[in-house]
Amino acid sequence: MEKAPIVRLREVTKRFDDVVAVDALSLDIFQGEFLTLLGPSGCGKTTVLRLIAGFESLDEGEIVMNGAPLNGTPPNRRNVNTVFQSYALFPHMTIYDNIAFGLKMKQLGKSLISEQVDEAVSIVKLQGLENRKPHQLSGGQQQRVAMARAIVNKPQVLLLDEPLSALDYRLRQEMEIELKRIHRKLGITFVFVTHDQEEAISMSDRIAVMNQGRIEQIGTPTRIYEEPENMFVAKFVGEINIFEGRIIEVYNGSATVDIHGRPFKVLNRKNFSTGQHVKVLLRPEDLAVTRDEDSRPVSPSLGGVIDEVIYKGKTVDLIVSLDAGETIFVTQFFNEDQEDVVFRQGQRVHVDWPYGWEVVL
Amino acid sequence: MKKIFQSAYLAFIFLFLYIPIIVLVVYSFNTSRFSTNWQGFTLDWYRVLFTDGPLMEAFANSLIIALSSSTIATVLGTLGAFAFYRYRFLGRKIMYSFVYVLMMSPDIVMGISLLMFFITIGLSVGATTLLLAHVTFCLPFVMVTVYARISGFDRHIIDVAKDLGASELQMFRHVMLPMLMPAIIAGWLLSFTLSLDDVIVSFFTTGPSFEILPLKIYSMVRLGIKPEINALSAVMFLVSLLTVTIAHFFFAKENK
Repeated sequence: MEKAPIVRLREVTKRFDDVVAVDALSLDIFQGEFLTLLGPSGCGKTTVLRLIAGFESLDEGEIVMNGAPLNGTPPNRRNVNTVFQSYALFPHMTIYDNIAFGLKMKQLGKSLISEQVDEAVSIVKLQGLENRKPHQLSGGQQQRVAMARAIVNKPQVLLLDEPLSALDYRLRQEMEIELKRIHRKLGITFVFVTHDQEEAISMSDRIAVMNQGRIEQIGTPTRIYEEPENMFVAKFVGEINIFEGRIIEVYNGSATVDIHGRPFKVLNRKNFSTGQHVKVLLRPEDLAVTRDEDSRPVSPSLGGVIDEVIYKGKTVDLIVSLDAGETIFVTQFFNEDQEDVVFRQGQRVHVDWPYGWEVVL
Repeated sequence: MKKIFQSAYLAFIFLFLYIPIIVLVVYSFNTSRFSTNWQGFTLDWYRVLFTDGPLMEAFANSLIIALSSSTIATVLGTLGAFAFYRYRFLGRKIMYSFVYVLMMSPDIVMGISLLMFFITIGLSVGATTLLLAHVTFCLPFVMVTVYARISGFDRHIIDVAKDLGASELQMFRHVMLPMLMPAIIAGWLLSFTLSLDDVIVSFFTTGPSFEILPLKIYSMVRLGIKPEINALSAVMFLVSLLTVTIAHFFFAKENK
């Protein structure tokens, strides 16, 4: 990733009547990156996309592309292209004409158009379907046409508005890999909008988690997942267990938190002070469950009873009722060395985690 | 048994609908001047019809008015429907429901109000006022037909065209117009037939200087039905039959 922002949003605000859809949002989009805007529906992610594309005009702030402000530039004069959720292929045109549309609007020569359409067709692997009409294609193929129709124009930035949401699960996974491949091949910037956190995590270079018109956190998928900066990001991205606690001692770089009367040592990244109430967040796969019958707890841990065992093949998911009353969700990988360790409903267990794997907010 | 009954029932309905027209067409070939009894086959009435100067002139006038009013109404109605779809403005919904009001309002009301309007603005009744009146009552039919199709489009279709570099005009020409064409043709055909056989509105909005076929027939019939009227009606029936067939053929192809 080079460090030159290709698109900069500065304090961008967009209102629809009295509803603030995008609220003083600033965002730098870098050359060649795969950036995902992730958030629940109505968080303003699609509006940000439409502002960059030029379908909506902003109320405040500015969008700068290649150093020049875009305010007022109509969509047909912006060097960006959009792939829509519904594809919106032109039903009266063949696949070839759909893909060639942008080039025809630029009034390129016939041979040049045909050359570039062929290239786009081969990138999205649609060879042989050029003379069909859109309604003769499957959903996945229509999706590819929509992609080809956009990338044939060689935009600097490709905007994708939930392009996979209309596809079924298998096809979606296939297209995720395809999208990554196309992204690598073209080397252009992708701005991808989705509400699906798995999609976001598996494809993106960076994720911007959005809520109520603002960016809650922006960073690599790993950072977003492992180190959520606030409760919204923690809850929205993946499963997470939340423990209420209180700081009882502070050391240099670490602290002791009291959770249900047990002292846990945690990393102190945010300068917590003694007495402060905090939330300790732990991903299901970061927790370790030990059966009481195997070993008695030696370090601080939380006791409980297994409520439910959900076998997932690679992993086993446990729902544990803690003695303190909470229910937590734990994912355990099978340990090949201990095949006889079988979790059953009703077993007494104790739960802890390796120091530093927690997030304290 | 049930099948026979079904066919008979259907045949009865179609006979009921078409017998008057069949009788009319048959009598247009009748030698007798008085239409009620059959005296032999002739094409005389068609000859009389096509050599009847004033009648032919009225027919030509009707065609001119029908062609031009349906064309004007189709252009305006298509642009109007597009505007309703593309732009959000104050009173958009109320305005659109007024289009329906216009479509549903009785011809007699429209005829009188148009006449009053033309008198008020000092326009003397004749070809111009007739054309304006026909455009007025055809317009809502075109708008409704075109709007029905346009509102079935993917809501991003315009955005896509703009996104791919089309100007507003290019978008309209290369995307909207071809996609709307079946509705535009349907609207035009509807307007053409509406205009061609309108009596009531035309009665109020044209003067003696410009006679059209339905009014001419109306005034002729008051003096008794002549066989050339039968012939004329048969010709007009043939024209509408052709129009329907063309329209049907066109839409069958479109829906394939």
